[in-house]
Amino acid sequence: MKIINDSNNTEGIYDRKALQKRIRNRVFYDKLANIVFLLSTLFALLVLTILITRIWRQGIGWLSIDFLKGNLSIFPEKAGIYGIIIGSVRLMSVVGPVTILLGVSTAIYLEEYAGKGKIQSFISTTISNLAGVPSVIFGLLGLTVFARLLNLGSSILAGGLTMSLLVLPIVVVASREAIRAVPSFLRDASYAMGASKWTTIRTVILPVALPGILTGSILALSRAIGETAPLVVLGVPTLILAVPTSIMDDFSALPIQIYYWTLDTVLTPEYANLAAATIIVLLVILFLMNSIAIIIRNKFQKRY
Amino acid sequence: MENQRNIDSTDKNIIYDIKDLNLWYGNDQALKNINFKIQENDVTAIIGPSGCGKSTFIKTLNRMIEIIPSVKIEGEILYRGTNIFDKSVGVEELRTRVGMVFQKPNPFPKSIFENVVYGPKIHGIRDKKLLMEIAETSLKSAALWHEVKDRLNDNAYGLSGGQQQRLCIARCLAIQPDVLLMDEPTSALDPIATTRIEELIEELKSSYTIAIVTHSMHQAGRISDKTAFFLSGEVVEIGDTPTIFSNPRDKRTEDYITGRFG
Repeated sequence: MKIINDSNNTEGIYDRKALQKRIRNRVFYDKLANIVFLLSTLFALLVLTILITRIWRQGIGWLSIDFLKGNLSIFPEKAGIYGIIIGSVRLMSVVGPVTILLGVSTAIYLEEYAGKGKIQSFISTTISNLAGVPSVIFGLLGLTVFARLLNLGSSILAGGLTMSLLVLPIVVVASREAIRAVPSFLRDASYAMGASKWTTIRTVILPVALPGILTGSILALSRAIGETAPLVVLGVPTLILAVPTSIMDDFSALPIQIYYWTLDTVLTPEYANLAAATIIVLLVILFLMNSIAIIIRNKFQKRY
Repeated sequence: MENQRNIDSTDKNIIYDIKDLNLWYGNDQALKNINFKIQENDVTAIIGPSGCGKSTFIKTLNRMIEIIPSVKIEGEILYRGTNIFDKSVGVEELRTRVGMVFQKPNPFPKSIFENVVYGPKIHGIRDKKLLMEIAETSLKSAALWHEVKDRLNDNAYGLSGGQQQRLCIARCLAIQPDVLLMDEPTSALDPIATTRIEELIEELKSSYTIAIVTHSMHQAGRISDKTAFFLSGEVVEIGDTPTIFSNPRDKRTEDYITGRFG
């Protein structure tokens, strides 16, 4: 390393030779850190690749139009997941509106209406803690309150409400952050024009916060569409032959079917392939949803 | 000097009559016993060093200061004879009569047109033709029309800083206020944009009563009829601008104006 060629110069506060050595050491550690962090990143990527290749090999041969359009059957060759896809879609049609409405309203209240006192911080902490509660517990809650107390059974409505509670904190936290990021000078401008709080929220704050809210909502929904445990606890049945037509019907969902097929591979080995094919469908839906979230974020991001 | 300090005895209407105004942020008193009057169609400049309470004061005139939770206010501000702190006065209604322009241009991330008609729209005007008329009149009054008439649907953030500030003034004029409050409206602008805003204020004073906080004494000298000098939350001196600048009564005013501090 020959950057500065006057290492004989010993004037000043530095011993130039020692300094050069220290710099060389630091450059070495910098390169080392670079490699360590790169390997950590690659590890996650490697796991994902292994997972996807394995599933791809097992499942892609079984994936066909008939598989997507057919109904469930105990015979692997005849089995299709049409009813299951519809079940998941209808589940989301409950989870989406309920979660977004409750979540965004909560976020608006906490950010714009509630004072900054002890009650507000208590509610905030509770919501953050709620995000850490295991999903099985939410399943139990759903079983007790929705399935038994409100007598909704293991219907789409019961499942959807349970799932909403589970992902609500995600929407609340994301929306609060989006609302908080709206610069206060925009609020001031609106208030100074004689706008009320709600008018300001509706016409200034929500439009600016929308990309953040939508991104959070879609991430919450993609969490909900892949969640299994609460539905298992709710007692969502394993074999539904009828396609659900209303939200009061019993249903099955993609992750549940994957779970049951995997359990039953001991009896029928081909079920593993069916599970893999279903996983591919679920992953494609997830990737699509996440892509939509990213597109929304980039498209609506406003400059101010 | 033939110019007497006779702000009380004129033919003009009193728009604001501030009586024994005291204001605290928590336990810190920011305004102390403020007493003065603002007259119709006057430009009243509020000057003073940083932290003297001039911004606090102007934000009290449209009660924007109350957004800060810890604020406590005593005293009265009569706006055309009505105490603005009276329970019967709606703060939203007050702000439709008293517009405000802020230090930093703060257009909404919407189109130029949507910015101007924001006020009229939220106050119930739906008619498209009428909104367009309001937009044109307001933009003309704010001396911005000719620069933006062909791109009313463009985002307001595509405008330069000075244009954005004039857009904010147009937005304010669109609610047809009586008073314009300006909180250092040119402090974020370059000299040319500043000159344009000052010329605009000169034009607007025939139709509006204007109170302007400014850091620049030259600006106060150029554009205002009355000047109030604030120091540590008190009004040290208020009077006709030429008198304040040429023959201040108080030593502290003189020191500030001649640049000895601040």
